Amino acid sequence: MDSAKRPNGLFRNKSAKIASIPMILTALVVFFGGTAWTVFYSFTGSRLLPKVKFVGFDQYERLWSSHRWMISIENLAIYGICSLVLTMVLGFTLAALLDRKIRFENTFRTIILYPFALSFVVTGLAWQWILNPDFGVQAVVRAWGWESFSFDPMNNPDIVIYGILIAGMWQGTGLVMVIMLAGLRGIDEDIWKATRVDGIGLVKTYVQVIVPMMRPVFVTALVIISSGIIKLYDLVVAQTNGGPGISSEVPAKYVIDYMFKAQNLGQGFAASTMMMVSVVIILVPWAYLEFGGKKRD
Amino acid sequence: MTDTSPLSAGTAAMTGPRGAKPKTRLSRRNIFLYGTLLLISVYYLLPLYVMVVTSLKGMPEIRMGNIFSPPVEVTFQPWVKAWSEACTGINCDGLSRGFGNSVRILIPSVALSITIASINGYALANWRFKGSEVFFTILIIGAFIPYQTMLYPIVILLREIGLMGSVWGLVLVHTVFGMPILTLLFRNYFTSMPEELFKAARVDGAGFWGIYFRIMLPMSLPIFVVAMILQVTGIWNDFLFGVIYTKPATYPMTVQLNNIVNSVQGVKEYNVNMAATLLTSLVPLVIYFVSGKLFVRGIAAGAVKG
Amino acid sequence: MNVPKLSVQIRDLELHFGEVKVLQGLNLDIGEGEFLVLLGSSGCGKSTLLNCIAGLLDITDGQIFIKGENVTWKEPSERGIGMVFQSYALYPQMTVEGNLSFGLKNARVARDEIKRRVARAAAVLQIEPLLKRKPGALSGGQRQRVAIGRALVRDVDVFLFDEPLSNLDAKLRADLRVELKRLHQQLKNTMIYVTHDQVEAMTLADRIAIMKGGKIMQLGTPDEIYNRPQNRYVADFIGSPSMNFLEGNLENSEFSAGALKLPMKDYPFLNGGASNGETTIGIRPEHVITGELVGRATVQASVRVNLVEPMGSDTLVHADLGGDQIKIRMDGHSKVRSGDDLAIGIDSRRASLFDKKTEMRL
Repeated sequence: MDSAKRPNGLFRNKSAKIASIPMILTALVVFFGGTAWTVFYSFTGSRLLPKVKFVGFDQYERLWSSHRWMISIENLAIYGICSLVLTMVLGFTLAALLDRKIRFENTFRTIILYPFALSFVVTGLAWQWILNPDFGVQAVVRAWGWESFSFDPMNNPDIVIYGILIAGMWQGTGLVMVIMLAGLRGIDEDIWKATRVDGIGLVKTYVQVIVPMMRPVFVTALVIISSGIIKLYDLVVAQTNGGPGISSEVPAKYVIDYMFKAQNLGQGFAASTMMMVSVVIILVPWAYLEFGGKKRD
Repeated sequence: MTDTSPLSAGTAAMTGPRGAKPKTRLSRRNIFLYGTLLLISVYYLLPLYVMVVTSLKGMPEIRMGNIFSPPVEVTFQPWVKAWSEACTGINCDGLSRGFGNSVRILIPSVALSITIASINGYALANWRFKGSEVFFTILIIGAFIPYQTMLYPIVILLREIGLMGSVWGLVLVHTVFGMPILTLLFRNYFTSMPEELFKAARVDGAGFWGIYFRIMLPMSLPIFVVAMILQVTGIWNDFLFGVIYTKPATYPMTVQLNNIVNSVQGVKEYNVNMAATLLTSLVPLVIYFVSGKLFVRGIAAGAVKG
Repeated sequence: MNVPKLSVQIRDLELHFGEVKVLQGLNLDIGEGEFLVLLGSSGCGKSTLLNCIAGLLDITDGQIFIKGENVTWKEPSERGIGMVFQSYALYPQMTVEGNLSFGLKNARVARDEIKRRVARAAAVLQIEPLLKRKPGALSGGQRQRVAIGRALVRDVDVFLFDEPLSNLDAKLRADLRVELKRLHQQLKNTMIYVTHDQVEAMTLADRIAIMKGGKIMQLGTPDEIYNRPQNRYVADFIGSPSMNFLEGNLENSEFSAGALKLPMKDYPFLNGGASNGETTIGIRPEHVITGELVGRATVQASVRVNLVEPMGSDTLVHADLGGDQIKIRMDGHSKVRSGDDLAIGIDSRRASLFDKKTEMRL
């Protein structure tokens, strides 16, 4: 090679480029191409097989006039808001408790985090059993003598989503706690010393000093919880399978049922496109700030 | 005044303020603290406890008593049935089939996804080329986009290459969807390694693969363990991809478990269901309790993606 | 052109990161066997330049020659260089021997030859007892010796050092500095050495290149750099405590600042003495004359002492000279106190004059 001439840019770093082919294919073909493909076909009347027969926004009109989709959205909203607020508050409180230099910290942390190692299917089935109206919590409390006690989310369409919420929280709070705990551990010891010297109370220290300092950690936790919420599927399938009736349906299940069971691909594509749009609106600005701004050196 | 020997300094310290150490052990605050934590621990442990006791009871006992009471008569029959006899549709060979499938899916998925992602991360950290960051950004954004928008195109792709419904098709899917988080994990790890080490190796004449195998790999054992924990639990617990990209003969354990428990035919055998549920959780639970701190590191790292 | 023979030549080197011009229009000739130090504060581009010479950074424009051969687009390992890093950059999983031989194995050097070269390098650096150990079991000084050894075994003509002593404590740094100088005298290789430490630069260098903002501000022997700085930046950068600067006027070869009038007849003007106008004079604290010799100086003055910093070997006196603060270095025994009046003298031959606008030496 004539080293006096600038080599062709395409062949510089050749090995790195060859080694990155799987990544490039995944990014371009599956993630970008796949998403674009789905969006494109959401404007067609595809049923059992994808067909390029454009129907404009028909699929979206049908989607938004569908009773089941509206229930799915409503359920996701209730589940989402409750689990966001509760997981954050509980996760932070638990982390703060564990951060008080207590004994058996590892034991407590292990206990609170272990459900996160379990799958949503297992979580859903376990709570389906515990909330079983004939044998579970309701039956036990009644057997203790409180005859009128009633808590039957598995049978009651009005509260079934809260039954799923309890299971979801049980599985996921540990993760948020661990993240928050890492955030608390990252706070300089001197801050604590300073607040003690200044005579600031414990609660006030947390609310006015520590929480504001942990803003990035809260943002991370927020992103994790919300991206988990939109994917809510396995838990519902295992715990209630959308029932009773369609009272615990969620968007992800709507998509998969229409695509793979109801043989109405167009509906599924339109619904999944709606899911993607909502995520893009929420997450892209964050992802840009988080990864776009960071550069090596 | 002029005497500054250590001795006089020592006596000065000894005449300083002294007194009994304040008692802190059973203060009201501590009772509250430990009380709260114990209560919370009960909430977290209860489901596991209920699953275990239910799986050890006979069906008559379950119908009679409450779910919290320990078994009067311990029986392992439900475990045996769940493992080798429980029915899903026409097959009545229990969860053992799903377990076998899951293992056959798990091993190549973990190996392939980690191999590819570690090379990606290494290339992104040390051998950046024009456009590499663009692909990486698409990859990361892709991790946040609901899988639902990519499910069907992947069905078509797998059909085209003849892997739809097979174990290897699912392996590919796991590799693809594990790539964003694992690539990020490895990229950050390799970026945090001293850049001068990489420069020194280049002066020493090592190339892309030479540096990867001789310098980077031997130094990154911890991150590989973290990635493995992340992938083993994630892939073992997967339900969505399993149910879509495999067929009944190749269903992973989670899908089979759901089919056993939620099948509408026959009498509900809660003890068998709970035994099956516990059997499915065994692998991730063992990994969780064995790996401890590393698991925490793994999910904290994986958490960045969500 | 090849007398004396050149080892490294840099021609019109440009390096841009996007819009940022990190190195601009850089030209540098380094003679065979020369010890050249690239000196500057952080961010001046000195390490970047070294990385360009090593081939670890792709340059935007220009050319680099090593021993007459154009190596601009060659791989680092093919350029005939060895490099020593600040963090040592030893491969932690290999033994010292493995570290030393890694490059030779990559170059497919015969096994006997590798053994011979490793043994020779180990002997030169006195690290034979450490060969079987891993870097983790070595002290900082030992690690840096191994890092130097890694360059040594390559049998190359040009050694590149990227702040090699910065991670060591002060005493070890001084020891290794001496060793490096000895090594250079013994091996007679070309050495290019990046540092921000002026003591290292002054003691080691045959020539020093002072860099700022991707450009070379002055290239010269330590003596030239110290005594005849070409511009105010170099004058201010070199020397600790730094040079005193007084603003004033130059007319008919006489510098005046307030009451101070300094005839500059003996000053070696670059243009023969034709300069007039607003001028800055620079006088090093150690060139301010005190004590019995004051009478022999070009001009005398009286200053009011306002702060004294005893430093053991020297005493640094801060004083007021007609409203300007100046620093004076006196010997460690001086009994000057704050508030004293002190007679000082200034020698025009040891001062430096700079044009106030261009900041260039007159």
